[in-house]
Amino acid sequence: MTQKKLAIIATKGTLDMAYPPFILASTAAALDYEVQIFFTFYGLTLLRKDLSGVKISPLANPAMPMPVPMPVLVAALPGMESMATMMMKDKIKKKGVASIEELRAACIEGGVKFIGCEMTVDLFDFKREDFIDGIEYGGASTFFEFAGSTDICLFV
Amino acid sequence: MDYNKELDARGLNCPLPILKTKKALGELAAGQVLKVISTDAGSVKDMEAFAKQTGNELLSSQPEGKEYVFFLKKK
Repeated sequence: MTQKKLAIIATKGTLDMAYPPFILASTAAALDYEVQIFFTFYGLTLLRKDLSGVKISPLANPAMPMPVPMPVLVAALPGMESMATMMMKDKIKKKGVASIEELRAACIEGGVKFIGCEMTVDLFDFKREDFIDGIEYGGASTFFEFAGSTDICLFV
Repeated sequence: MDYNKELDARGLNCPLPILKTKKALGELAAGQVLKVISTDAGSVKDMEAFAKQTGNELLSSQPEGKEYVFFLKKK
């Protein structure tokens, strides 16, 4: 059987949206897929050595389950984002769901290739030393070189 | 059933049981058997899909109370 391939474009940098790319990539790697993730715009945040800045916001997120209904003006108050993040991380831990650090490590262990968008790094004046080692930097063409040969290609 | 290694995946949620199963199988030789115990109901279907895709044989998949017990033979 020829090896299946999966390509993912990760464009979001929030805690909830960090899960789909890392879960799918790590699982695909466990299923013997060859996997690449292209991190662009806010998605690059997920490649930082320090992931403590990855948060979840109840703002503009009406589907987020809340212990009590929260009006938008309350959700906009200072500290609400940190509180929501803390509550979410607590729930993740209690339910035996992996942390994003854990899933990212599983991706690396499974041989998932991470590609950082060179243009985004330049656009936001990101520093390469803030990101984990082993990332390849490139542009859209770099992504297509692999994506064009894949069985599954996802945009997150 | 005889087995060479046991993996306790109790309390872990998707996709951790599969990720840890893959890792544990990596430490076995071809033909050896891994026993996995999980509490994640989703792992029943996931384990079947994992076996089918990777070619490792799922020898048995049984619920035991609130737990799920799997035996996998390494390819």
